[in-house]
Amino acid sequence: MMAGLGLADRKRRATSAAMTSLTALCTLLAVGILVVILSYIAFRGIGSLSFKFLTDSPRPVGEGGGIGNAILGSLVLLALSSAFGLPLGISVGIYLSEIGKGRLAGIVRFIVDTLTGIPSIVTGVFIYAILVLPMKQFSAFAGGVALALIMVPIVARTTEEMLKLVPHSLREGALALGAPQWRVTLGVVLPAAASGIATGGMLAIARVSGETAPLLFTAFGSRFFNYYLDQPIASLTVQIYNYAISPYDEWHAQAWAATLVLMTLILGINIIVRFLTRKRF
Amino acid sequence: MSATSPEKLAFGGKHSDWRRVLSPTGNTGDAVFRLLMLLAGLFVVSIVITMVVALASDSMLSIRQFGFGFLTGRQWNPIKGEFGALPFIYGTVVSSLIALLISVPFSLGIAIFLVEQAPHYIAKPVGFLVELLAAIPSVVYGLWGIFVLAPVLRVHVEPALAKWLGWLPLFQGSITGIGLLTGGIILAIMVTPIISAVVRDVLAAVPGSQREAALALGATKWEMIRVVLVNGAPGIAGAVILGLGRALGETMAVTMVIGNRPEISASLFEPSYTIASAIANEFTEATQDLYLSALVELGLILFLVTFIVNGIARVLVWNVTRKTGGVGRAA
Repeated sequence: MMAGLGLADRKRRATSAAMTSLTALCTLLAVGILVVILSYIAFRGIGSLSFKFLTDSPRPVGEGGGIGNAILGSLVLLALSSAFGLPLGISVGIYLSEIGKGRLAGIVRFIVDTLTGIPSIVTGVFIYAILVLPMKQFSAFAGGVALALIMVPIVARTTEEMLKLVPHSLREGALALGAPQWRVTLGVVLPAAASGIATGGMLAIARVSGETAPLLFTAFGSRFFNYYLDQPIASLTVQIYNYAISPYDEWHAQAWAATLVLMTLILGINIIVRFLTRKRF
Repeated sequence: MSATSPEKLAFGGKHSDWRRVLSPTGNTGDAVFRLLMLLAGLFVVSIVITMVVALASDSMLSIRQFGFGFLTGRQWNPIKGEFGALPFIYGTVVSSLIALLISVPFSLGIAIFLVEQAPHYIAKPVGFLVELLAAIPSVVYGLWGIFVLAPVLRVHVEPALAKWLGWLPLFQGSITGIGLLTGGIILAIMVTPIISAVVRDVLAAVPGSQREAALALGATKWEMIRVVLVNGAPGIAGAVILGLGRALGETMAVTMVIGNRPEISASLFEPSYTIASAIANEFTEATQDLYLSALVELGLILFLVTFIVNGIARVLVWNVTRKTGGVGRAA
């Protein structure tokens, strides 16, 4: 066979081999960049990590200080945004999958997709206009609402997709036993899709925990521990940003350490989700 | 019709009131449940409508003052009260185009490798790793850009570009490592996982019979892949436009490496400014009403542009992947 190949055929085979190796090279490079970024974060961040760093609040340059208030602030913001965003997102998902039909459902689905594509900085401007200006105050509440707005479309679309995977026979069986639709949806369909919806919710939390832009002029940031929702609150991401653009080496080191903490949280969630969903994909 | 129709008997004749409008069964619990879920959906719709109205009304001052001149004005001088958005529009468009120029070939390569070449046990974990690139927050890319990418570009890449391609105006000017090129490269890394994930869905949606037909006719592996690419072309275009939408609105990473100077320069080495970074940097400093209004108008422009771009992308991707049900996971 090989002996009978003409020049043109040999060229075709060479092209094929070259191009298919190039695609492997592209993939290798992308994975390489990921490894370089992650290992550099670990390398730079690990040095400044200590118990004191994780619990202290920021101090002036030269006096150490930590990110305790930023960790607490990020957790408060995540709790707030989950409290607003998860129920709303799941409800919209139920509407899209179980209830909505025709043009109205089409409009809702279109709007949810639109919300996915809105740059998060624009969400920040919007929340500033409708919450911060009337309250005359940057606040944790406004930051939580801004993050919730980013969660809603992610949660809604995952919920919709997961509910649609539940077999129709399950719904029909429950309805045939005389259960009303709300019992069928909440008691049978939703639990059947629960793990998928939970992983969607976790991914949404991972996504918003890395958001900075919508917090800049909603939660704003703070150098102190804050326990009031109507006051500005610190967050890991805004803290990283402020330290990164500062001129001080000490703050740069703290930015890397804070990044290591943030990335541990985000990668942890992503890997857990991957582990939980490994059968389905 | 008489009052004894079987349907009414079955559900009780008196219940043909508001519950019927909301639920076909007329069950009170169902009616309340369906109403609540409907309200949730309508609430999200009303949020987006409110967003458009709020952005438009808050930028009215600037729109009245400058009209369409806002889009073409080259001066951005808050002290003199001059606001022209052209430098930001230029910076946003050019940095996004650089990002696409770099990331599109790579994303295609990655998607082709994962769908057409790699065995299952490699494609799954490697695909996950590529998707992890999308999980890294923007601010982290920015931090890495300032302290790793910018110095590398300043010391190694930009001098080489100036030496070999310096006859192009694109690669002239002062070499700082901070500027349009750096912003574009960071954006390229950030949109690659998004574009490649959607292209993967698109390629996976191309029927296997196309591949078999090409191979049966004696095509090489690469020739077969080209057949698949042609088949998925509209979806691939959609994926690229989706990446464009993401690049246009990306804020933190770009803000940290692009230099933030509202000037239009032919050189990719010079500092520039994007719409999103202008808002991020100056919003809390804007004390006069007109200044704030001009920044909100920038937000409105960004909203409208990404709205249109994402709309086009979605239509293109849907048409290809609809049959198999997989709408772009990263979308």
